[in-house]
Amino acid sequence: MNCDVCQQGQATVFLTQIVDGKMQKVNLCETCSREKGVTDPTGFALADLLMGMGAAQEIEQGGVQKCPACGFSQSDFKKTGRLGCPDCYQTFAEGLAPMLSGMHKGTVHTGKRPVRMAQFLERRARLKGAESELRRAVAQEDYETAARLRDEIRELESAMAGVGSEGGTSARSVGGAGAPEPQDSEGGEV
Amino acid sequence: MPIRRLLGETGEWMQGGGPHSQIVVSSRVRLARNLNGHAFPGWARKQERMQVLDSIRPEVERLPEMEGAYSVLSQDMTALEKQVLVERHLLSREHASKGVGSAVVMNRAQTISIMINEEDHLRMQAIRGGLQLAEAFELINQVDSALEARLDFAFHPELGFLTACPSNVGTGMRASAMVHLPGLVLSEQINQVIQAVNKIGLAVRGLYGEGTEALGNLFQVSNQTTLGETETEILARLQRVMEQIIEHEQNARLMLLQKKPNTLLDHVGRGYGILLHAYTMSSKEALNLLSYIKLGIDLRLFPEECRQPVDELFMETQPAHLQKGTRQKLAAEERDVLRAEIIRAKLRGFRAPDAAPLGLRAPDPGPAS
Ligand SMILES: [Zn+2]
Ligand SMILES: [Zn+2]
Repeated sequence: MNCDVCQQGQATVFLTQIVDGKMQKVNLCETCSREKGVTDPTGFALADLLMGMGAAQEIEQGGVQKCPACGFSQSDFKKTGRLGCPDCYQTFAEGLAPMLSGMHKGTVHTGKRPVRMAQFLERRARLKGAESELRRAVAQEDYETAARLRDEIRELESAMAGVGSEGGTSARSVGGAGAPEPQDSEGGEV
Repeated sequence: MPIRRLLGETGEWMQGGGPHSQIVVSSRVRLARNLNGHAFPGWARKQERMQVLDSIRPEVERLPEMEGAYSVLSQDMTALEKQVLVERHLLSREHASKGVGSAVVMNRAQTISIMINEEDHLRMQAIRGGLQLAEAFELINQVDSALEARLDFAFHPELGFLTACPSNVGTGMRASAMVHLPGLVLSEQINQVIQAVNKIGLAVRGLYGEGTEALGNLFQVSNQTTLGETETEILARLQRVMEQIIEHEQNARLMLLQKKPNTLLDHVGRGYGILLHAYTMSSKEALNLLSYIKLGIDLRLFPEECRQPVDELFMETQPAHLQKGTRQKLAAEERDVLRAEIIRAKLRGFRAPDAAPLGLRAPDPGPAS
């Protein structure tokens, strides 16, 4: 049997895990099992590996070819099982969705939120409310209320500036001008 | 503070102790975080990695938890120093392979370790002795909250914390416990337990060794999924499973004592005999035999004073710890000789296992022939 990672070596390490009744199997050669850190005593690499492999095929459903923020492409994901930057989650959202629902218990985060993010979401909800109240006030020619709402909206908008954006990831481009080259090899992955 | 000093001291969890510490060696919780607007370390150029490192490292160093901490750039550690940290679970093997652009910050007690530019910009973990999952989480959660106030973490309203690997997205949390299960291994129930635990979304694997082989009867149980449940829910599930595993292990030991006392005594006795008299010992053999001495102490075949020296040997006989005190790198055969020497020296004062407290007697030697 050939190794699932390099497709060449003879598979000698056989791994099986069952997550919520779904069986996942990976067969690896000695070299790949060492490289992938399957033998790592600190040990989270195996779960990542199993997840990453199933992932590689599914992201291709996405239509977008390259992440505008970091230049990462679908084929890069296939090679590494890792994404390029936080914005990649927006870029490849379509392809990632089925993969995420396959590998996790749910599709929506219900755990901890950064305080700043929670505040931001609260203010955004209030902003939407204030905007519709403003439209109503203007329609009813209630200019006193309208003026108060405009002040509130201005305050909310300035408080929200700089924290998060619609998708929760920053719109700032990554790594300055242009897309960066893949990491140079001196990082020294052995 | 120089790394050398840290290597000379032992971390809190390595001294044993904590709830259920006979079976649960340690509890660990790790959180993955990334900065908005920056490529993940594996995709970023060196310049960008340096930039990320420069913005994160001072914030980590000024945390109150990090007073008197060890903060080291990856390129300033030798391969051996890194390996010692890997053996102590303070550094991941992936991080140990990093060069310029990465760093690790660890507190004095060696309970918190924060890796910068590992697979994610931040990999923060807390480790405690025994079964202390909630305590470990609390420790690292505080660090996370403090850092979050100063750093712009990549967070998506629906997907949660964004990570380089989609398998970590959401909470970015992996919680794990390291357990010693000789009873379940000897009674051949371990595979059933592993499968049952896998079914509820937790992973069990040998801590050392490859594939299904678990050296030293040491296993790691951890959550597999990070999205769709709160941190508390994930920890509660793991806690429940750990309590069940502890109970199964205790039952397995009782069952062995009642039904197969000679098998049990044989493993402990052989372990003792070989460790006390061997002149060359691989790390694999050492782990396997030490496991039975540890079991022997739990079963009171050895006095309680033996526990700490034996617990220390699990760490001291690992390849990097072994070479920590030597001037130069040792060849494998030299390590095996040194390992045997260290073990012999430490066990010299131990008396042979005494089966009397069990109400059992060692097998009658019979008439001399
Ligand atoms: Zn291979
Ligand atoms: Zn991207």
